[in-house]
Amino acid sequence: MKENIILYIDNQEVKADKGQTILEAARNAKIYIPTLCHHEDLCIAGNCRVCVVEIEGKNKLEASCATPVENNMRISTLSPKVRNARKDIVSMLVSEHNTQCTTCYRNTNCELQDLAFEYNVDNNVYISLVDHKYHIDKSSWSIEKDPSKCVRCQRCVRTCSELQHVNALTVAHKGEHMEIQTFMDLPLNEVVCTNCGQCVIHCPTGALTERRYYDEVWEALGDPEKHVVINTAPSVRVALGETQGMPAGTLVTGKMVAALKKMGFNSVLDTDFTADLTIMEEGTELLMRLKKALVDKENVALPMITSCSPGWVKYIEHMYSDKLAHLSSCKSPQQMFGAMAKTYYAAKIGVDPKDIYVVAGMPCAAKKYEANRVEMKSSGFQDVDAGLTTRELGHMIKSAGIDFKELEDGQFDSLMGVSSGAGDIFAATGGVMEAALRTAYEIVTGREVPFKNLNILPVRGLESIKETSIKFENCLPEWSFLNGVEAKFAVTHGLKNAKVIMDMIVAGECPYIFVEIMACPGGCIGGGGQPIPTNNEIRKKRMEAIYREDAGKKLRKSHENPEIIQIYNDFLGKPLGELSHKLLHTKYRPRNRY
Amino acid sequence: MKKVDIIFSEYTCEPYAVFKKIMKREKLEIIQELIQSGLRGRGGAGFPTGLKWKAANLTESDQKYFICNADEGEPGTFKDREILTKVPRKVFIGMGVGAYVTGASKGILYLRGEYKFMVAELNKEIELFHKICKELNFDFQVEIFLGSGAYVCGEETALIESIEGQRGEPRNKPPYPTQAGLFGKPTIVNNVETLVSAMMVCNMGAEEYQKLGTSDQRGSKLFSVSGDTSKPGVHELELGLNVADFVEEYGDGDTKAVQVGGVAGFCVPRKDFEKAIIGQGSTTGGSTMLFNSTRSMYRVLINYLEFFAEESCGQCTPCRIGTQQLLKGLKAVKNGTRPPEYLDQLIKLTNTMKIASKCGLGQSVGNSFASIVQNFREEMIY
Ligand SMILES: Cc1cc2nc3c(=O)[nH]c(=O)nc-3n(C[C@H](O)[C@H](O)[C@H](O)COP(=O)(O)O)c2cc1C
Ligand code: SF4
Ligand code: SF4
Ligand code: SF4
Ligand code: SF4
Ligand code: FES
Repeated sequence: MKENIILYIDNQEVKADKGQTILEAARNAKIYIPTLCHHEDLCIAGNCRVCVVEIEGKNKLEASCATPVENNMRISTLSPKVRNARKDIVSMLVSEHNTQCTTCYRNTNCELQDLAFEYNVDNNVYISLVDHKYHIDKSSWSIEKDPSKCVRCQRCVRTCSELQHVNALTVAHKGEHMEIQTFMDLPLNEVVCTNCGQCVIHCPTGALTERRYYDEVWEALGDPEKHVVINTAPSVRVALGETQGMPAGTLVTGKMVAALKKMGFNSVLDTDFTADLTIMEEGTELLMRLKKALVDKENVALPMITSCSPGWVKYIEHMYSDKLAHLSSCKSPQQMFGAMAKTYYAAKIGVDPKDIYVVAGMPCAAKKYEANRVEMKSSGFQDVDAGLTTRELGHMIKSAGIDFKELEDGQFDSLMGVSSGAGDIFAATGGVMEAALRTAYEIVTGREVPFKNLNILPVRGLESIKETSIKFENCLPEWSFLNGVEAKFAVTHGLKNAKVIMDMIVAGECPYIFVEIMACPGGCIGGGGQPIPTNNEIRKKRMEAIYREDAGKKLRKSHENPEIIQIYNDFLGKPLGELSHKLLHTKYRPRNRY
Repeated sequence: MKKVDIIFSEYTCEPYAVFKKIMKREKLEIIQELIQSGLRGRGGAGFPTGLKWKAANLTESDQKYFICNADEGEPGTFKDREILTKVPRKVFIGMGVGAYVTGASKGILYLRGEYKFMVAELNKEIELFHKICKELNFDFQVEIFLGSGAYVCGEETALIESIEGQRGEPRNKPPYPTQAGLFGKPTIVNNVETLVSAMMVCNMGAEEYQKLGTSDQRGSKLFSVSGDTSKPGVHELELGLNVADFVEEYGDGDTKAVQVGGVAGFCVPRKDFEKAIIGQGSTTGGSTMLFNSTRSMYRVLINYLEFFAEESCGQCTPCRIGTQQLLKGLKAVKNGTRPPEYLDQLIKLTNTMKIASKCGLGQSVGNSFASIVQNFREEMIY
């Protein structure tokens, strides 16, 4: 039962629920309290002490993020005592910090910078504690770690452990030597790190960033020999606006395309197209597995699990390396795009594939690493040359001096630029499942999936594990073995939840035939490459935007996409055909757990 | 000044007879007796023991833990070691009574890693204790947990984290351990000496115990005396004594300052010996260090600060960075790279540390810093 509490913050009466913290109560009442170690997604730490407030009757200040409300509490958030303490705390943080804002990737989007500004910190009060012998870890394809910019808020540690269950990062040593380290302080590319980038979007400063590739991309754009194509993931169009000062949930597909064209890409194409292609391949793969299991009575791995999230793929390779057979062999849409761009597309437009430079605009940090996996060279070249995050794209737009908000909408170029709403919804957790069911059900029965307006609502939203089931009846003759089968499906996001599903499989108690797993909470709209901040409120807005995009399209099923039909007719033959196998499917490898 | 002999007093009756007697009493009666006795925790924070037990008694739970804090990490303290080697039985009786009163069924003796040598003896003692418990039909099991050396692990919530296998970082309070402690269950943490005193209160009665000390601090306690003294060691003294009397007894005739309450306590200069009462306020930590005129108080303070900068767990800003700033700042004033007035900025900083740090460590660094800098300012500068 909810117990109501009344307290007074800066003399304003505030209602709160028992169990809420002072910070939550204040935020609900639109009273601002600065924070640093606090993040809505994570457990309470209470270590930065920036959020301290004064409680009447107490001499000590209390951390508002960690202190529960009590009836009749009288709180001051702005008294001189509070302000002086906060200023001292921020000054101390600055004294420990390698303040290099002009050259820092997080410049203008940094919580420490904001605090230093709010509290008008004088850099000279305290003696600098920066040890200039620091080492920036650039070993990973995806993540860079600069300890000299770390404020020791432990948000990354909590992220990697609470949201992702990977525990790649930990707090080492104590006192003046306390710092964030990987296991044994090994380079990031040698430890169990999935490259998901969740630590990056939860880091308040420039201590953890994605490895940037925009300089290489600018270089390629300026190279007359190169034909530079970019494909943008569905979740980028609902988040990119945030980097240009637009509110979360603004759909900027047209402006994004226009901006990319201005920047000089020879062709601006859509990852949604290869998302549709993924559905064709993956849907067929699922049906083939079912056939093998039910008709040929072969021992096939079920449930089949999606493989479009490279962070998830690396996670299972490390943690459940004997369960790799469950992964769909399909490459992710990004990698399918790369392979198609350097074969099919190259032939169609008559450019030598060696001159094609493929860029991927992604919500993701792990995609950078995925592009560099040794398996991803099936076109005979590295299929994807550079992966950029939404943040890097935002940076490039600013750096090109483009007035994004004022741009006229542009149109994706053709040949791999047309896509269905099913491709769009890959952006959100549940989207791949929904898209796959829209197609697979129709292949099997010849009818539309039995959900109103094709919207499979049970798999949408931020709930941690979502389920749905479909009963197959009156199947087409080829699929008659499915008649009467009640198939269960599950969707999950965040590696912590992935572990729950995997443990079911290990225990032999997994009732599903097909599972969608995305490494990041919320799916790609909450990906490690998305704008900072990202929290549930923002995730929901981005999600709503992508479902709007889907609902507004005439074309909502992957198999009806005319360019998809064309690519099979002109090039691939049929799903799971020989060429598909060579270009669109891949293999996985077991990795160490430690 | 009155020397007392309660804690180390010999048993006059058969082993555990006292325990058996106490265990016949009502729980609430015992709690009342403790509250009345005015006994405060001897681990440093000085929380009234009776109230702590009462709070734990009132919390409903299927499982409660009783922890004896024998981490004794404070420099210059060695009283708990003396207790555990000389009268361990009293400690277990104290734990047993506490567990009985609060309803705890599992006990943990959190023993400082360096005290490993005691484990064999203590385990023998525990075996005997378990036998007596069984006789009394009292369901309580004690085991020893060896600490791994960090000073901050003596802080009760960091101690709990460390038993749980986590990094020894203090937790946010509330919830307090008596509400949600070890593995989220109500947990009582008491210092070794507190438990012995509690047992003795039950044995001799609150009225008798109350006669010792002042209205502010009741009873007697152990002091670990070190530094420039002819009588180093552990001494049991009546509470409420003033520093002048203490120096009279333990000083070497040339005492210029006494650090009371350990590194987290205050430094009393000669001019204040008469008016200063040892343990005034709430710092009842048992270490008292005497310094004579040959000592550099600058060196003494640098030593303390190095200790804090090293032993801070490092999680919270005011303590992790504050300790380093104090250390660097003090050195900078000494070598002239910062003006003497910078000392005032540093004292202001200790105030921030006191009101904004997460746990007692960061909160108390300013005690010694401010009292030494204020009283020996010249020594800091020249
Ligand atoms: C940094 C720090 C170190 C501490 N170390 C000890 C210790 O070594 N032994 C101890 O009994 N209490 C220590 N304490 C106090 C404990 O947190 C706790 O208050 C005490 O064990 C409670 O027992 P009491 O009520 O019997 O005093 C320490 C506190 C702090 C902040
Ligand atoms: S992390 Fe923030 S404060 Fe630090 S250099 Fe970068 S922008 Fe500046
Ligand atoms: S990228 Fe993901 S797995 Fe790697 S350290 Fe960051 S949160 Fe952990
Ligand atoms: S790396 Fe970032 S998130 Fe992690 S502790 Fe440092 S500042 Fe915080
Ligand atoms: S005050 Fe010091 S020891 Fe205590 S939590 Fe903060 S950093 Fe850790
Ligand atoms: S935000 Fe509350 S202590 Fe850091």
